[in-house]
Amino acid sequence: MIFLTRKAEFSSAHFYWVDAWTEAENLRVFGKCANRNGHGHNYTLEVTVAGEVDPVSGFVVDLKQLKDILEREVVSIYDHRHLNLEVPEFRSSIPTTENIAIAIWKRLDGKIPNAKLHRVRVYEMPDLFADFYGEQK
Amino acid sequence: MKAYLSRRYHFSASHRLHSEAYDDARNRAVFGKCNNPHGHGHNYTVQVTYSGQVDPVTGMVCNLGDLDSFARTNLLDRFDHTNLNTLPCFANCVSTTENLSMEIHRIFAGFPHARLERVHVEETANNSFDYADGATPAAGTL
Repeated sequence: MIFLTRKAEFSSAHFYWVDAWTEAENLRVFGKCANRNGHGHNYTLEVTVAGEVDPVSGFVVDLKQLKDILEREVVSIYDHRHLNLEVPEFRSSIPTTENIAIAIWKRLDGKIPNAKLHRVRVYEMPDLFADFYGEQK
Repeated sequence: MKAYLSRRYHFSASHRLHSEAYDDARNRAVFGKCNNPHGHGHNYTVQVTYSGQVDPVTGMVCNLGDLDSFARTNLLDRFDHTNLNTLPCFANCVSTTENLSMEIHRIFAGFPHARLERVHVEETANNSFDYADGATPAAGTL
């Protein structure tokens, strides 16, 4: 078993807000992230897949193919978009870094040929990232 | 949904590696340039990793504002721009980054809103240390 990680980047806008809460409650919990005009980040996505090395090609997965899958399933949908307003999964959940990692897992799971999705890591900025490994106890 | 959240903090401090159990020659032999009597300093980076269920309403493992505030009070205000050797936690042990990592784990284990998985402390770009207090990380998560 070997692990292979591919990075991709996207730049998006978002804000944190719970409709069921008052403005004061949203501001107390989310601080400046509750600004309804939104703000943005340069996100870095690291997708790690696990698999066996093909004895002939020497690949776990074809890197070009993996790059194309990340582009098609994630980057083309998230990049230069407002996550709350333009990405369907964030109509019903807040686009925190945690939820973005989970959403990207769901977008990629089962779509990578010959390898198992192992980890989705999303950096909102260099000093903050979330990891998701699929459903765990 | 269980997720892992990691946050990095930075502080700058001086220290000197020196043990009272050794004589001067032995200290110089063991600790080398880190035994310089006047000390030296580093820009430290601390990376803490917490796990927990993502709250279905807030979308968070824990509130970053709470964690940043905790780190400000319990890590940065205590360590930044200090001489580590003068701090109570290093009164009886050498201020290596191994011992620093264990102290930082002890500190962040006190954050009440999520489970601390591990701490990772970078002394320089080429030296880093991990401590999980005996916890066995879930397979493949370190």
